[in-house]
Amino acid sequence: MPDVFVAKFSQFPDGDRRIVSAGTTEIGVFHWAGQFYAYENLCLHQGGPACEGVMMHKVEDVLGADRTFQGQRFSKDEMHFVCPWHGYEYDVKTGECAADRKLKLKSFEVVRRGEDIYVVAD
Amino acid sequence: MDLPLSDFRKMEVAEFDTSKLLAHASKQAAERGYHRFPIVDVDSHHYETEAIDEILEYMDDPVIQQLARSARQATAKGPGVLSPGGVGYQDMGGRVMRYSVRGLEKTPKDRHRDIHLAQRWMDAIGIDIAIMFPTPMLQLGLHPQVEVEVALARAYNRWLCERVLAHEPRIRSMLYLPFNDADASYKMVQEFGATKGVVGFMVTSARYRPVHHNSYMKTYALLEEMNLPLAFHAGYNWNDQTVGMMNKFISVHALGFVFYNMVHLANWITNGLPERFPKLKVLWIESGLAWVPFMMQRFDNEYMMRSSEAPALKKLPSDYMRDMYFSTQPMEIKDLGMLEQTFRMLKADTQLLYSSDYPHWDFDLPSTIYDLPFLDETAKRNILGGNAMRLFNLDMPVGKMAAAE
Repeated sequence: MPDVFVAKFSQFPDGDRRIVSAGTTEIGVFHWAGQFYAYENLCLHQGGPACEGVMMHKVEDVLGADRTFQGQRFSKDEMHFVCPWHGYEYDVKTGECAADRKLKLKSFEVVRRGEDIYVVAD
Repeated sequence: MDLPLSDFRKMEVAEFDTSKLLAHASKQAAERGYHRFPIVDVDSHHYETEAIDEILEYMDDPVIQQLARSARQATAKGPGVLSPGGVGYQDMGGRVMRYSVRGLEKTPKDRHRDIHLAQRWMDAIGIDIAIMFPTPMLQLGLHPQVEVEVALARAYNRWLCERVLAHEPRIRSMLYLPFNDADASYKMVQEFGATKGVVGFMVTSARYRPVHHNSYMKTYALLEEMNLPLAFHAGYNWNDQTVGMMNKFISVHALGFVFYNMVHLANWITNGLPERFPKLKVLWIESGLAWVPFMMQRFDNEYMMRSSEAPALKKLPSDYMRDMYFSTQPMEIKDLGMLEQTFRMLKADTQLLYSSDYPHWDFDLPSTIYDLPFLDETAKRNILGGNAMRLFNLDMPVGKMAAAE
């Protein structure tokens, strides 16, 4: 299958995402922290559009030196995208399910040719 | 609309369309050939508070109606004095987006908005008939004013029958029973039991009234006589002192949606209600299935030692449970071996009824049943629709009749 055009680089700002089709396969392409990532838009749970939901940093517990609970914060490094059907969260850099890292979305290579961003569909 | 995200970011959402959200569900329905057999969803929801102004038109009590209208005007956010409220965030902080953006969805004006919305998700998922329940009213049994529960229940039931059920045969309901007033519950069955679209009655489980109280017997007898099933719909109550010890909604939901049904089912059996009302069909909704083997094993074991405390029973508690009906969602599907044993224990082939719970956050698609490797085709079809059609005496949907033949 030929590579699938995603967007012009200048029209795909950091923090944004696109959904493209490669035949019958839907692919979510993310531009995050200077890198591009692409995953099949199919949640491993019940088949929802995993790449179409909100993007939320991982929530972390803050513990004191004495192991007491001090509160919560958003991670500075780990970003998740969330399936809008049921809330399954995936690590945008790996496609791993945040709740069970053994589960991983099918990933695709993203390439830049000049100003154009492509997904290598197969 | 801007959705608030982490790190002070926002996500702009301009429109929302249920059919688009559920496009993958439509694909599943086509791939699995759901058109070949009926699918009945015994637990789905709408947001009745969005039609509260219409519902208040049906409220008899002029003082409560005025209070509600006044409170609504003051807050412009909800039904005011009608809802006991409660802390909770089923939408996971906006991660399940449809809670926040459903108001953006456009519907034609020719029929009620709730009918249009239901048709969209039913068509997308592949459901022929849906039994519809309210959402915020699931906590109405916790309202401290019994008269408010009665007034709102009757207004809602009248509104639902006239504005929704009368106009769409694919939508049915088990009407809300104001269970904190036993006499009012009895009258509700008398008044609405034979109304078009009404296939039974429902008790919201989150409340503090024991089901074995003598005041309910005439209602059970009437339901039995009219051959109308009685459902207990689970709910949570973070204000309960025991539940309040849990500081995470995941815990409140995981245990809370089972707890009240466990209490009611325990009372139902140990007080011999299945023997007193042997033809009354009882359905337990939205507690998942994992609690069923627990209750069966726990009560069978104790009954063998303490049968003197439940002298009305003529067989094991688990045998009575196998005469009852259970809805599937939210089905615990992580361990297929355990799930298979659960299906066996509760006689899933005849007693289990598919439910989606759509549009709530933990909805289940028909594929959660259809894709189970340990079910044959007949069992799949029974659970997805056949059992419910028999329980509720439903007619085969016209479109499915030809396909089934």
